[in-house]
Amino acid sequence: MAQEQPKKVRSEFIYFAWRNVKLRIGVSVLLAFVLFSIIGPFLAKYDPLEYVGPAGAPPSREYWFGTTTFGQDVFSQFAHGTRSTLIVGLLGGSLGTLIGILVGLISGYRGGLLDEFLNMITNIILIIPTLAVLIIIAAYLSVRGILTESVFIGLTAWPWAARAIRAQTFSLRVREFVDLARMTGRSSLRIVLTEIAPNMMSYLLLVFILQFGGAVLNAATLDFIGLGPTKGMSLGLIMNNAVLWAALQLGMWWWLLPSGAAIAAIVGALYITNVGLDEIFNPKLREM
Amino acid sequence: MLQVENLTVYYKTIRGYVRALEGATFTIADGEIMGLAGESGCGKTTLGHSLIYLRPPMNYIGGRVVLDGQELPIWDMEKMQEFRYRHVSLIPQYAMNALNPTRKIGRMIAELLESRGMNYDEVLPELKRRLDLVQLSHDVLKMYPIELSGGMKQRTVMVVSTLLNPSLLIADEITSALDVSTQKAVCEMLVEFRDRGFVKSTIIITHDISILYQIADSILVMYAGQLSEKAPTETIFQDARHPYTRMLIGSLPKVGVRYQEERLLGIPGSPPQLLNPPEGCRFRDRCPVAFDRCTEVPPFREISPGHSVACWRAF
Amino acid sequence: MGRYLGRKILIYALTFFLAVTIDWMIPRFMPGDPVSIMIARIGTRPEAAAVLRGYFIKAFGLDVPLWQQYLNFWKALFQGDLGVSIWLYPQPVIKIIQRAIPYDLFILLPAILLSWFAGNQVGALAARARWLDNTILPLGYLLTATPYMWLAIVLAWSLGNVAGVFPIAGAYSFAVRPNLSLHFILDLLHHWFLPFLSLFLVMFGGWAIGMRNMIIYELESDYSRYLEALGIPHSLIRKYAFRNAMLPQITGLALQLGGIVAGAVATEVVFAYPGIGYIILNAVQNQDYFLLQGCFLFIIIGVLLANFMIDLVYVVVDPRTRLGMTGE
Repeated sequence: MAQEQPKKVRSEFIYFAWRNVKLRIGVSVLLAFVLFSIIGPFLAKYDPLEYVGPAGAPPSREYWFGTTTFGQDVFSQFAHGTRSTLIVGLLGGSLGTLIGILVGLISGYRGGLLDEFLNMITNIILIIPTLAVLIIIAAYLSVRGILTESVFIGLTAWPWAARAIRAQTFSLRVREFVDLARMTGRSSLRIVLTEIAPNMMSYLLLVFILQFGGAVLNAATLDFIGLGPTKGMSLGLIMNNAVLWAALQLGMWWWLLPSGAAIAAIVGALYITNVGLDEIFNPKLREM
Repeated sequence: MLQVENLTVYYKTIRGYVRALEGATFTIADGEIMGLAGESGCGKTTLGHSLIYLRPPMNYIGGRVVLDGQELPIWDMEKMQEFRYRHVSLIPQYAMNALNPTRKIGRMIAELLESRGMNYDEVLPELKRRLDLVQLSHDVLKMYPIELSGGMKQRTVMVVSTLLNPSLLIADEITSALDVSTQKAVCEMLVEFRDRGFVKSTIIITHDISILYQIADSILVMYAGQLSEKAPTETIFQDARHPYTRMLIGSLPKVGVRYQEERLLGIPGSPPQLLNPPEGCRFRDRCPVAFDRCTEVPPFREISPGHSVACWRAF
Repeated sequence: MGRYLGRKILIYALTFFLAVTIDWMIPRFMPGDPVSIMIARIGTRPEAAAVLRGYFIKAFGLDVPLWQQYLNFWKALFQGDLGVSIWLYPQPVIKIIQRAIPYDLFILLPAILLSWFAGNQVGALAARARWLDNTILPLGYLLTATPYMWLAIVLAWSLGNVAGVFPIAGAYSFAVRPNLSLHFILDLLHHWFLPFLSLFLVMFGGWAIGMRNMIIYELESDYSRYLEALGIPHSLIRKYAFRNAMLPQITGLALQLGGIVAGAVATEVVFAYPGIGYIILNAVQNQDYFLLQGCFLFIIIGVLLANFMIDLVYVVVDPRTRLGMTGE
């Protein structure tokens, strides 16, 4: 009888996961983009920054997304840019989630003065507009790479995650099984790791997805202002160049539109996946 | 007066129907306080709520409910609106959270009444009298719920729920979250409401039979969605006929008895899951006196005036 | 209530202090000598470089000990002296910012307020019927997932370039000089509309989604269930749910300010709308540190002020804070 239960729980989960339309759409779109980011750069025939074609040409068989005012292949830029944007989103989102987990768990579990202190720090960083700080920092670093950008984004995005995780930890902390563990004399660290964290797994996944989305958006905005990585390509940078070089006035829609559309699609897919997962994990929201 | 005939309510889940309430038939007279007792999941809350608010995932399957000679359209959410609060009322299990946290209580009651077409100023004197009855100061009307203690909120909800003198009051686990002395006060209030005629028939849903001993006129015991036994309180405690009832009473600690001599009996086993319940009497797997007839559902039959049982052994 | 506001003010004071300190610290503790970095970027001839170096050292105050630099920084701040811009030399930074702020308020205030109100109404609407929910929810998510800059680009391109209905650059036409005539005001509004719309739409999506979720949560709460059991008409229950769902939406507004700042910057860049965002872009491109620093400080002050005002509104709207029962 005990053996049957875990199998039932897992298959029930997969059953709902499969049936949930939102999850299907979200994950499919995401997978499509991830796949594209892997094989796209190989499909791209040219180096993204090379001047290869006629200036400002609309899409054609030769240049699928047309060319920029300098004759660069927009598709190549798009392919490389997608990869770099996804990487920054992943790294930045992961870092933000990790710090958020650390702060949230400690704050939520320990409570008391430590919680007050961490909470104050969280609130302070929350209030300060991310972009403002990033602008100041990034303006000073003459050489910036993908890693630097991810680190900055992670370091400024964690308060959201910390807040949410702290609230979850609070509610889990007063549950009986935690009291039980405490009474058996387990150390706080072990309790947090073995009792509280596993019960939050689904929640942590949701938090990560949101952090990923947020990181992608933040990176795009930074790149758009010209504070992204100094070398390489990204979707935000494509839009930056386009606007800078009067693509709007010249009506060069092939240069302007695809990158932003991709970002909107990726972030949208993440949000929808989030909603779908929430429905699966939270039976009350399940539609009959 | 409440007459329930063959009321059957199932819960719809992806795996099928959970047979939470099967063929309930009983009567409650005017002025009678009936206790509805049983283990968690026996269907008592389903029964109580289906009489006033039968909403998904609860599904009406069959049966009739007649209150004061008029049939209640419990399957029709819209048509029931007319009966709710005026004729059938509820004191919920979550009474302490049942008040809107951002509205002063007096204002909330006023809005509540006006929305049902009543004039607050006309009702106010009676409201104040009721507050006095439950020992709440009139200042409560000017306060926010957060300013009241749990017991005070409970009493406020009791007053609000009974304000329109319903024919049927359903009190759902109203003592579960309280300490013993408050429990006593709340129970006494329920009796007081009945004595003064504010409420005609009362159903008290609880898993704590000892409370019922204090204030209920009769007790209806349920098990796994089926009615087991209904009888006047004294009869239940002294002369129960259903094996489940007897074991329930037997498992109660008695004052003055030390359990070195007499062991405190529990009931071994656990209730069946109601997705595919066993055929016949659902207690038979745990029943010490079950025999082969028990695979057929025993009818809930009256064996003496006011005393009904569903057990082949008792007939 | 006093405690609640007192705590908030304390946090804001600390935040301001921290922000100013960060602002002061960053150039001084970055790898390398800030002055040399800046001169290297400007890339001028050696004689000019020497003059610039002298200027920068004075401006940064690098010729005095560190702690004195810090105090001088604060002193200058309170005197309203944010330095002189490099990009638009010799205009003082504070003048440049003062010119830009009205434009920011002009697009931001209506966008924030209207999107909040409209979003709340539409979000509440979504909870009323399944078909409404199925249309409003995806729309909301789509809008809130859209990057501000991209929506700005789409609007600029479609309505501005292709349809030619709206202008796509500047706060008013180049040919017009600011005056109080109707012609100018109409021109101003004409240029205002697209940036405003762009900000409005993205924010609207977010509020609609938030409100929809909060209303569902409130409609499933114990007090809603109780009222339903008592046969209270849905209109009253919805009214209570809406009122209670607004509270987290108000605090949500305070939390969104950071994102709104980013959105405003991106939108202004696309439309070359002369608010602080546009100033920032130029400051970045021209390595104008002083201007950047000034913008940063102004943004911080603006956000803190907005936070405080929202807190005041919250105290009025949620009776529990007045009774000192909500710790936040």
